[in-house]
Amino acid sequence: MVAAGQVPAVTMRGISKRFPGVRANDQVDFEVLPGEIHALLGENGAGKSTLSNILTGLYRPDEGEILLRGKPVVFQSPRDAIEAGIGMVHQHFRLAASFTVAENLVLGHRDAADRGLLLEPRMVEGRITDLSQRYRMPVNPRARIWQLSVGEQQRVEILKALYRGARILILDEPTSQLTPQEADDLFQTLRLMAGERRAVIFISHKLEEVMAVSNRVTVLRGGRVIGTVMTKETNTRELARMMVGREVVFTQKKEGPAQPERQVALELRGISANGDLGTAALREVNVTVHAGEIVGIAGVAGNGQRELAEVITGMRRRTAGQVAIRGRVMRGGDPLEPIQWGVAYVPDDRLGTGVAPSLSIADNLVLKAYRRAPISTFGVLHPRRIRAHATELMQRFNIGASTSQTPARQLSGGNIQKVLLARELSSRPLVLVANSPTSGLDVGATDTVRKLLLEAAGRGVGILLISEDLDEILALADRIAVLYNGRITGIVERQHADVEQIGLMMAGAA
Amino acid sequence: MIRIERRLTEARWLVVAVPLGSLLGAAILSSIILFLTGHDPLATWARLLDRGFFASGAMSATLVTATPLLLTGLAAAAAFRMQTWNIGAEGQLYLGAIGASGIGIALRGQPALVIIPAMVIAGLATGAAWAAIPGVLRAYTRTNEIITSLMLNYVAGLLMTYLIFDSHSFWRDLSSFTARVFPQGKYLSEAASWPSFPIGGAVIPLGLLLGVVAAAVLWLVYTATRFGFEARVIGDSRAAAHYAGIRTRRKIVAVMALSGALAGLGGASEIGDFRHVLDPRGLQQASFGYAGIVVAALARLNPFAVIVVAILLGGLSNAGFSLQGATFPAGLVGTLQGLILFCALAGELLVHYRVRIGRPGRKAPPLSQVGVA
Repeated sequence: MVAAGQVPAVTMRGISKRFPGVRANDQVDFEVLPGEIHALLGENGAGKSTLSNILTGLYRPDEGEILLRGKPVVFQSPRDAIEAGIGMVHQHFRLAASFTVAENLVLGHRDAADRGLLLEPRMVEGRITDLSQRYRMPVNPRARIWQLSVGEQQRVEILKALYRGARILILDEPTSQLTPQEADDLFQTLRLMAGERRAVIFISHKLEEVMAVSNRVTVLRGGRVIGTVMTKETNTRELARMMVGREVVFTQKKEGPAQPERQVALELRGISANGDLGTAALREVNVTVHAGEIVGIAGVAGNGQRELAEVITGMRRRTAGQVAIRGRVMRGGDPLEPIQWGVAYVPDDRLGTGVAPSLSIADNLVLKAYRRAPISTFGVLHPRRIRAHATELMQRFNIGASTSQTPARQLSGGNIQKVLLARELSSRPLVLVANSPTSGLDVGATDTVRKLLLEAAGRGVGILLISEDLDEILALADRIAVLYNGRITGIVERQHADVEQIGLMMAGAA
Repeated sequence: MIRIERRLTEARWLVVAVPLGSLLGAAILSSIILFLTGHDPLATWARLLDRGFFASGAMSATLVTATPLLLTGLAAAAAFRMQTWNIGAEGQLYLGAIGASGIGIALRGQPALVIIPAMVIAGLATGAAWAAIPGVLRAYTRTNEIITSLMLNYVAGLLMTYLIFDSHSFWRDLSSFTARVFPQGKYLSEAASWPSFPIGGAVIPLGLLLGVVAAAVLWLVYTATRFGFEARVIGDSRAAAHYAGIRTRRKIVAVMALSGALAGLGGASEIGDFRHVLDPRGLQQASFGYAGIVVAALARLNPFAVIVVAILLGGLSNAGFSLQGATFPAGLVGTLQGLILFCALAGELLVHYRVRIGRPGRKAPPLSQVGVA
């Protein structure tokens, strides 16, 4: 499929882009051939997003040039890039939720369906159906976006790019919210598109899927290109080394003898709760977590994970059931109660819920402890103690920031997660609820977070680990429960865990 | 091609340079207008500064005008810091005036040491109570506080008018025939006049001193107390506040009440320092509550900056009154004041955004030329 001597669909030469304090891209050379699926691999902060933002006209490079089919181009705006045939599917979709699929496709796009000020989405429905059949992406043009699953929404994003005539398609972390089956379907679609000599740029930090889908891989690290290799001629170990710059071995939980007489830390009895839209999100969930045990909740996001975490931590009211901490039943519906009872919580929405983004690291580290001495007495805060507290935790948890006064939003995802874990674990909790604690983190940060979770369990904290990453759950959890459609569809000991069977339970088939 | 881009970082020097630049821009723009209308720009500016700040008695007059602006500015800053949009300082100031004048009339005959503290407390309490209404509605029924607090301004204005013009209320003076024909409020006793303190040629009213104290207290509350910490978390992210177990609803009511108390104190000071009678027309014409929003915005919600901005705007407003006359129409005064505010607020944009005048670069070639289609 990739022949030598072709004119590349995209050539980026010597691209540099500086932001205050960082060289996001440093003399990056990158090319993609027509008909090729080219993976762009790198950790967070390696410069993948900057490079794709330059290619889609969002940023202008400080240095370097872009050629499309050998001809130099300068993009003044994303619109120029779209007109030149470049389509981008963002990790977080850019769709208008209350509009239909057809309306989303014609929004902001000038063409035949445009009758002056009036949009006529009906006219394009036929074309949408054609496209979706050709690329095996079934979707109803009249459905409204909010009615669609995440996988379907992604199809709409891809259709939108194709509808606008994209010959070069960029997908940013496209599988991050898909089930394994949905990801396979996506790969099929990408291969079909490559078969039509479209160029596909696949941005990812997951090694397995890069190996599975791409023809070539370009690895970025620290804003520079480490190398471009043929996928056939490499393996995950080599790619990981290129990506991280050292050998990587993920932390695993050591097999330990079970201790059945351990105290129950957290017990959920018949929990039911509604989701944000008022429909049932949890149905009679029963789970027990012992002290020092990690119980993994596997499942695809949107099957009640967030609601489960929120019910335990008092952020959501339950409609039935009981939550007990060390045998004492909580009133529920009040986030302060579990904090005082020793329930720590790492929410999936780190920046925004887990930390207050504009507040400093120091303030975020006392987000829960500010009520008590020594941080405050008689309603008055003690800034010196807040700073000392921050300095100590930043050292202990190795939080990378110049000062404790840096606003949290300026930190990398990994450092934000360290701030969160530092705060939650330093409160000496009995129970820790961690929702997707490593999602979106790079390899190094993921490993740190996993180590912290295992250490906490070693100290006797009962941990409920909610994660979409099955490998993570298999690596850390003592027992694995699968959540599907608001129900626990099975609980297995890790020793007896069978990946295939868990996969089926995740899809509701077992 | 001109583009406006968000700055990636906000340089510190801009925080000083932009307001100064805005003032300069305003001076140039208004000089052009003055020149076109046949006035000497430099002489007008000199007169404006003189009448606002330097002429004998000018500073004292400016401080009187600055007092309510300071307190309503603090009221707005207190609420806006928590992203709670209290637009109702105007009405809360009226209520403070009603409360303070009411207690002042009721305590007629008491010594100043009793009346004045009572007026201060009454102003704080009535302003707080009035602001608590949109606060409770916001916290417990998720009503938009911008709309409810704004609407309550009209209610408060009408209430004040009713008390003096449309009823035989406790506040209305009915002692003489003329007072019955031409409605007016009861004047407060001599003991209810707030003291003022001459310092270096200017006379400082008690209300201004209370305002300066309030600014310091507000700053302390927001930087050094649990209350302020919670307000900062809520202002930054309601979700994070909920997560941290902060009682957001109580907090919204409390911050609205705090904001209203400050505006109410402004109303009390208008009675005690200046008017000595409940004067619905005078208070409504002054629009101190709305001006306070501008003061807070220009001061970037910093309580100490509110003091400076309030005095500057107070001087500007007073100088405007003295400028107007036969050769200098009131409309022109308003134009000058408007230009200064306009430039100051427009300049704020430059702290967060930069204007980029780009050369129109080569456009991407059409698809056919690239050979893609």
